[in-house]
This record gives sequence, C-alpha cells and structure tokens, in this order.
Amino acid sequence: MATLQVRDLHTHFVGTGSRRAARAVHAVDGVDLDVHDGEFLVLLGASGSGKTTLMRTVAGLEKLTSGEVLIGGQVVNGLPPNARNIAMVFQSYALYPHKSVYKNISFPLEAIRLDRNATKEKVEWAAQLFDIGHLLQRKPRMLSGGERQRVALARALVREPNLFLLDEPLSNLDAKLRHTARHELKKLHHRIGITTIYVTHDQVEAMGLGERVAVMNHGKIEQIGTPSDIYREPANTFVAKFMGSPAMNLVKRGDELLGFHPENFLPVGQFEPHAGAARFSFDVSGVEDLGSDILLYGSLPEAAGEEVIAKLPARLAGSIEVGREHDFFVQPALVKRFDPSSGKRLDAVAS
Amino acid sequence: MSRPALSTRSGRGQPDAQRDDTLLAIGMLAPAVLFIVLLVGLPFGLAIYYSLHDVTTGGTTPRWVGLGNFASLLGDNTFQTSLRNSFVFTFSTLIAVLVLATIQAELLMREFRGKWLVRFLILLPWTAPVALGLIGWLWMFDSVFSPIDWLLRQVGLLGSPGAPLGALPNLYWLGDKTLAMVSVVLVNVWRLLPLATVIVLAGLNSIPRDVIEQSRIDRAGYLRRLFDITLPMLSPILLIAILFTFVFTFGDMISIFILTRGGPANTTQVLPSMAFFTGILGGNLGRGAAVALFMLPALAGMSALLLRLVRRSEVTT
Repeated sequence: MATLQVRDLHTHFVGTGSRRAARAVHAVDGVDLDVHDGEFLVLLGASGSGKTTLMRTVAGLEKLTSGEVLIGGQVVNGLPPNARNIAMVFQSYALYPHKSVYKNISFPLEAIRLDRNATKEKVEWAAQLFDIGHLLQRKPRMLSGGERQRVALARALVREPNLFLLDEPLSNLDAKLRHTARHELKKLHHRIGITTIYVTHDQVEAMGLGERVAVMNHGKIEQIGTPSDIYREPANTFVAKFMGSPAMNLVKRGDELLGFHPENFLPVGQFEPHAGAARFSFDVSGVEDLGSDILLYGSLPEAAGEEVIAKLPARLAGSIEVGREHDFFVQPALVKRFDPSSGKRLDAVAS
Repeated sequence: MSRPALSTRSGRGQPDAQRDDTLLAIGMLAPAVLFIVLLVGLPFGLAIYYSLHDVTTGGTTPRWVGLGNFASLLGDNTFQTSLRNSFVFTFSTLIAVLVLATIQAELLMREFRGKWLVRFLILLPWTAPVALGLIGWLWMFDSVFSPIDWLLRQVGLLGSPGAPLGALPNLYWLGDKTLAMVSVVLVNVWRLLPLATVIVLAGLNSIPRDVIEQSRIDRAGYLRRLFDITLPMLSPILLIAILFTFVFTFGDMISIFILTRGGPANTTQVLPSMAFFTGILGGNLGRGAAVALFMLPALAGMSALLLRLVRRSEVTT
C-alpha cells in the first residue's frame, strides 16, 4: 500500500531515421498526479490519449523522458518493473500459457521465496477470493474469458503490491459479465484497499468504479475529480463532450458556449422553470424510445446546424409532437458556460 | 465463354466445375509427386536393392547376398568409427547451434544501432554457396598459411617456446585428430546457425509481449524469465530447429568431404562420407548402400520422436 505521485511526467516515443526528433510522439506530455493511499483512480480517455502509456511508465515498462514517478514517496524513475513491487493486469490477461492456474498464481510468490506451505496458503486465499478454487489444476487455454480474468486478478493480488495497475481488464468480457465484474472489482477494492490505477476508455466503467477520475487527452490530464464533478462540472468542452451518453449539449449564445445535459433540457409546461432559467425554442426532428427514457433529437433556431438532444422520462412521450417547435428550458444552476475559443469554463468550477 | 474441351464433354450429372477442380489438382500435384518418386523413391528403392546384393560399379550381374553386406559392416573398424563420429559430429553441432542460435536471436530481438547490418552478417553464411564458403574455410585451416594460426602467433599464443598452444608454428587444424573434428563441427555450426537463428527468432517473436512484461512485473529476473517463461514457450519451435539441424547434419557430408575427406585416419569419417567413398569412389555399390541405410533408423526415429514432442507441447501450451 502506498501513495503514487507523478511530477511533470513526459514520455516520448522517438522515431527512427533522420528526422527522429520531428517524428517523436508525445504520448504523455506533462502529467501531474497525486493518488492517495488506498484510492481507486480511473484514467479515462479515448485510444491514443496516453492513458495506457502513463500507466506503463508508472509500472516501469516504458522509459520516461523527463519528470518523476514516486511510489510510496520514493522516486522510482530508474528502477525496473521487478523492483517496484507493483501488480498489473493486462487487457489480454497475459497468463502464462504453459503453466497451470496454480502455477500462474504462485509465480509472483516465487520471486519473494516463500516456503511451500505459505505459498499454498496464499494461492488458496487468492483463489477463494475470486472463486476459482476448482480451476487450480487447469491450463489457461481451458478457461473462459471471465475465468481468465479472475485468474489474472488473483495472480496480481496474491502478494501485497504497493500499487495495483489495471489496463482495461474488463474490455474482453461480454456486456453482462462486465457488469458483474465491475461490481466485484469495487467490492474487492473496499475489502483489500490497495491503491489502484484503472485505465479504461469506457466512461460508464469510470463513473461506476472510480473514487476519482482523470480524463486524459493528447497526453495531458484535462480534468481530475470525483465522477459526479467530472460529469456535472466539466472543466472544459473536451470533458463536456466526452462524458455522458448522450454527451452535454453545447450551444452558442452571444459570445459564450452554453452547456447543459440532455436530462436537464426540459419542456416548459411539464416542468416549472425557476427565475433566470435559460429558455430555448427547440425544433424537434426525431424521437428515440429507450424504454425508460426517450431521446428527442432536434435543433435550436437560434443556433442552426447544432444538434441538440433532450432526454425525458418515457411517460412524457405523448406530449411532444415531432416536427414542431416547443418551448424548453434549463434551470439556472444547470447551465455551464464555456469560452468558445479556448473551450475553458467561464463560470467558476466548484470543486 | 471458352471452356476447355475436356470439361464440356464430361457428363453424367457431375458438375463441370468440380471435374475441372479435380483435373487441376492432379495437374498441379503431378510434378511434385513425380519429383519425389523419381528423385527420392527410386534411389531409396535402389539403395535397398543394392544393399541386399553384391554389386559393383564395373560388375555385370548383381548377386543376392541377403544381409551379408550389413553383417560384414558391423565387424568393420572404419564403420564403427564412422558411426561414432556421425553421432559426435551431429550432437556437437546440435548443441552449439542451439545455444548460439538462442543467444543470437535473443540479441536480435533488442533494438540497437546498426541492427540491420548485424542481421545481414548473421544471415550471410546461409546465402553464400556452400562449396565456396567451405573452400574459404579450407584456406582458413591451411596447414601453413592459416590466418587463424597467424593471429595466434601474433598475440603470442602459438609458435614461440613456452607458448600456451605449443612451440610449433602451426596448429595443423585439419591434420590433427581432435582439431580436425573440432574444425568440421565449427564449420558446420557456421553453416547451420543462420537457419536456426531465424527459426528461434520467429519463435521469440510469437511470444506475446504482454506475457514477458507480466513476468517482469511479477518480479522475475532475467534468468528466471529465460528459463521459466521464454524457453518453455519457445520449446515447440526449438524442437523444429533441432529437427532441421539434426537432419541437415546427420545426412550430410559436404563439409567433411571438402575439408578433410574423412581424414586424418578416418577420425572425421561419418556414415554419409563413408557410404560415398565405399559405394561411389570405391565402386562397391552394395556395401555403400548398406552404410547409407544404417542412417535410416536414426533419421526416421529422431524425426518421429521430435514431431511427436512438437505435437504434445502444442497441446499442452
């Protein structure tokens, strides 16, 4: 168990040939990060945003270009991965194919030279933690995706690592299993409380798992905060556009961009606008029925061309007529203001 | 639409396309089958026939002798030496090639400046014509003008009183009983190393990077990673490299023929070279064929064993 600090970290991949410097890719481009002891931090970003490289640099699998990585307060910059006492679960699970499940789980213990009985005890503890006790004699190829994932997790947790790194561990599971696994992971973290960094591109996963979420883009952290902060108070238009499904509406009014979530975009008449509410005329062009909710697609006559989406409870479906303009509003506290050129928030971000 | 005359005439409800395919398959396979029958099957059958007869290159009618050729070989000193040499030659080559190929492949997996040049140089012995390369080596091992000896003399290891390798001006690589075997093994390793390196390199590349990185995270040091992860995962492909090296060494005589001709005093005589000298140069076809056939059980047995091992390790990984 330990804290993790990252100070002005750069990881660049230098190309080959005569224009080496010009072709360098700045995968991690100046990241500062403070992860508390026992925290569950999610790195969220699209592919190519540098989230995996950041994690691999923390693990020591990639060489950093400049900056510092501190695990438990100690600089680990020059240390190889095997000297950092970290555990990692790869997206592919990276099980050792020629070893039984038992041998896979006991592999990290062999490095710390535990005696036979202690090893057996540890492996059995980790196996019951993930309910894979009956699989110990199997080879990885005889396991299902979900079982492989649990073996990988058991192997990672069998010794006490300082840091637990997870690189999209759920992305190879089918949707239903992913849901259960997410819940299990959260419970597990509550129980063992190891500092965890979790990389994902799935914002639902990030919202559900993270105590704090760091949204990454182009090698930089755009915003870091609790899931609800990231969702409700995005620091800039990138985060606003990235979070939520559907994402926040951004509408130009005057010299500002107004941002509001589809579920806060409500019809006048059904809901009561407070004083100072932002009012819009909403030209509805289509409806999508999601069962519990409906999505209304359309545009605002004042900002033609921009698609705007409203999300309403399904019971209101009958009151909205497609192809007509309706009066909609957003409550004053739920309108976020952004600078159209820089994309930064204009009103203060409460954090 | 123009169709071949054959297929338009075919009737009896069989679809034309299927018949075309069959004809095409026969046509495409025929040269390969013919090649194997004429160049492998026929000589093999002939070898068995000769080995059971007393037949010479100048003779008229072969005389049936049954297993006589084989029986007389077993008591022959030269044959016993050749048999032993064949195994010494093959297994020395095999061990050296395996160790060196694994080291070379491991190094070639890394990124370094000028890697393309190193890779090119490593593959060079393979692309050079065998006889040409061997004649180069013949000169390297020359009894008087050997550059190796010259180098050793220059650094003071040879040719002066009290030098570690002796006071004589030359080592006589191909004239000394032990050194001759060392020399032919050395040259054979040089010839076969590139192929084995390429095979092992392919194997190393097929190991997922995640697994290697995982083992680093799991605190395995270099040696543990090598023996506990890399080599076991490499084993199916290492067995292929072993099989190729074994077959190419055990049944081959070109290095020995060009460098030593089996000498001095048969110390580098192996089964293939003895078969050639007895059967072709000596004219005793029956006896030569019998020598050659003694290689069959070793080659077939080794191949069958290794292929079985390959299949088993594929199943277990």
